[in-house]
Amino acid sequence: MARRRQGYDGVVLTAPVTVPYQRYSIDTAHFWIARALRATLDAAGLKPLDIDGFSVASFTLFPDTPVGLTQHLGLCPRWLDTIPMGGASGVVALRRAASAVQAGDADIVACVAGDTNQIDSFRKLLSSFSRFAMDASYPYGFGGPSANFALLTDRYMTEFNATREDFGRLCVAQRANALRNPHAVMKKPLTMEDYLTARPIADPIALFDCVMPVAGAEAFLVMTEDEALRRNLPFARIAGAIERHNAHVDDPIQLRGGWTMDRDELWDMAACAPGDMDLIQTYDDYPVISLMQIEDLGFCDKGAAPDFLRDRDLTIDGDFPHNTSGGQLSAGQAGAAGGFIGLVEAIRQVTGQAGPTQVKGARRALVSGFGMINYDRGLCTGAAVLEAA
Amino acid sequence: MTDALRPPPKKDPQKRTVTPTLPPTMRSRAALGLSAAAAEGRFALQSCAECGAVQYPPRDACSRCLSTGLRWRDVDPGGTLLAETTIHTTVDVYFRERMPWRTGSVQLDAGPVVIAHVHGDVTTRGRVRMWNLLDRAGQAVLVAMPEGRTPHMEDDPQLREMTADPKHRRILIADARNPNAPALARALKDAGAAMLIAGEAEGWRPYPHRDALAALGVDLQPMDVTDTASVKKLAGEYGGKTDILINNARFMRPGGVLARGDTAFARDEIEVNYLGLMRLAQAFGPGMCARAQDGVNSAAAWVNILTVEALSNDPAYGCFNASNAAALSLSQSLRAEFRGAGLRVMNVLTGPTEDDWYQPLPPPKVGHAALARSVVEGLQRGLEDVYCGDVAKDLVERFRRDPKVLERERTGGTA
Repeated sequence: MARRRQGYDGVVLTAPVTVPYQRYSIDTAHFWIARALRATLDAAGLKPLDIDGFSVASFTLFPDTPVGLTQHLGLCPRWLDTIPMGGASGVVALRRAASAVQAGDADIVACVAGDTNQIDSFRKLLSSFSRFAMDASYPYGFGGPSANFALLTDRYMTEFNATREDFGRLCVAQRANALRNPHAVMKKPLTMEDYLTARPIADPIALFDCVMPVAGAEAFLVMTEDEALRRNLPFARIAGAIERHNAHVDDPIQLRGGWTMDRDELWDMAACAPGDMDLIQTYDDYPVISLMQIEDLGFCDKGAAPDFLRDRDLTIDGDFPHNTSGGQLSAGQAGAAGGFIGLVEAIRQVTGQAGPTQVKGARRALVSGFGMINYDRGLCTGAAVLEAA
Repeated sequence: MTDALRPPPKKDPQKRTVTPTLPPTMRSRAALGLSAAAAEGRFALQSCAECGAVQYPPRDACSRCLSTGLRWRDVDPGGTLLAETTIHTTVDVYFRERMPWRTGSVQLDAGPVVIAHVHGDVTTRGRVRMWNLLDRAGQAVLVAMPEGRTPHMEDDPQLREMTADPKHRRILIADARNPNAPALARALKDAGAAMLIAGEAEGWRPYPHRDALAALGVDLQPMDVTDTASVKKLAGEYGGKTDILINNARFMRPGGVLARGDTAFARDEIEVNYLGLMRLAQAFGPGMCARAQDGVNSAAAWVNILTVEALSNDPAYGCFNASNAAALSLSQSLRAEFRGAGLRVMNVLTGPTEDDWYQPLPPPKVGHAALARSVVEGLQRGLEDVYCGDVAKDLVERFRRDPKVLERERTGGTA
């Protein structure tokens, strides 16, 4: 029997920043990470040498690692971390940084995720993503993640009688949210008709089920509550957080993620329930995985998400605000920053700094991450409950 | 149901010839075990020597017990299609030109779940039979096939990318004088070959089966593989429409080194068996590479017929076998050189054949019809290595067990 996870008392999240995304960039990951780091430090009134912990998630830093970044960016941390977990990188970065601050390994940790997107970056990234993918998925039509998610979606639809409209409802609501986010890459309204008639990508996945790869970066700071109070920074508390890797190996196809193994402990730690959330941010590279997160984190039963969402309004002013910045589906997927987008937006929300996308009176948010299609399924899952101070 | 492939219309000379591109080529070292099995048409996966768990994708340690003792073993090719997709969009240049493309997730009866190409006749959530084939990059890919035969199943466009099916293809047989030529011609014609050409050395000299070839509609053209000019001349005329080249040219005499008083026969053996291959490849290879992805009747394969004793010599035919060992080695170089174009090299390694110079050997021997069948089946499955006849199968098995022990067995020293 595993011991229970410790809480994160006395540790807070602050200074959430998003560097506005671009479809293509001639700049490097270093550039994007530098801009995000600068912005989060500026938000807190800090200088580079004021931070003593640094956590980085990026796919396009090659040949550098965060080690090279310390010299490149003039940092001198006593705690350094790299998070190669794609869509789960935000929650994992926050867990590790919070533990480091609790342990006294660092006082202020800057967590940054950023990637560039140059012409052909996406193809190159796909070609060298993982060994199992290289050996056993790319040679099969090279559909990238769309082909993987097409298989999961196909199976999910027959297993649980889901329809394309069920996924479309989520995409359409996120686009409505994105229209209130001035930095979202997608700026045109999306109707259900547009969604259903979009060109096919990998059946049953069509154009608006897919994220658009972009360049961009996200960042936030982890520090002690005392430090945040001293600096007069608005902050969010971490009520609970979980992660899991390679869960449910005997499932022939992924219809659930590792969240199911840990969600009871998450809600226990957070001393609240799914119904207490004012908003949720799921990892949404394809809508089917958002539906699975809603099920696996306990908002409804397995396979019931289509019904559950049919009766709810997922927009900012709705009764179930979801991916309030537009999510990756409408704001764009900036590589590893796609693992941060929901977390950074949730920090903004519970600290009342979300501006045009602010959910009124938001005090509690669930953030969930999902990452790394190593072969036929995503291996990394994580989730966190954030609370207003 | 698969639509029957129609004979392609005459090529419009104004149309672009598709530039050869390859599907993703890189594989881990472990994954090459799958390619080795595919080269012979076997469906094999790694299984753990300690706990028996069958593994996929290929790996270096058992995902159940961490044993590093993983062995490639033939496994049950049955399975069930769990989910499928038709891919319409890709960033890969090879697949871009071949969209849409059907793939799926298959639960194997042997245990693992695999992502596979899916044949058009496989039904939704249906039962499948896995084939392990070489794709245009020469690497193994798993193809989910219908459990039973379906009409024209070999014409499925995705499947045809993985094979070198003779159907609608134009085929050059290098040596009309070889007694196996009529059987080859008949088998290829039965398999749907569009046109058969055979090279005829010393046309003035009669040989018994010339009429049989003519009756099969084989176009006999002067070519002697020992004469560079004649090879180049034929390549100039027919190189642009040679889709499959079958190198059946062979010169053989019995005897090892001491049985012969000089190097005269050895020189002829090298001229035909080794340099003949090289001349053919230099003359026909570049044109075939350029046309390796030119639609229904693209250039598809190069076939060498060699003795299996190229692997391990028998002194009764020691010098001849040595020339075949040289040709076998050269074929490996050629295979690598053709790979960039997606043109495959298939070696058919036979035991002693039913012909004059093997007359002193006891049976079993490989008859011409059996050899021809191996050639056609190998092309239909896109194989690289075909072992034809019981002697060849026996010898390669012993060769794999221990080449040095085999050498002793063959050169004297076993009871």
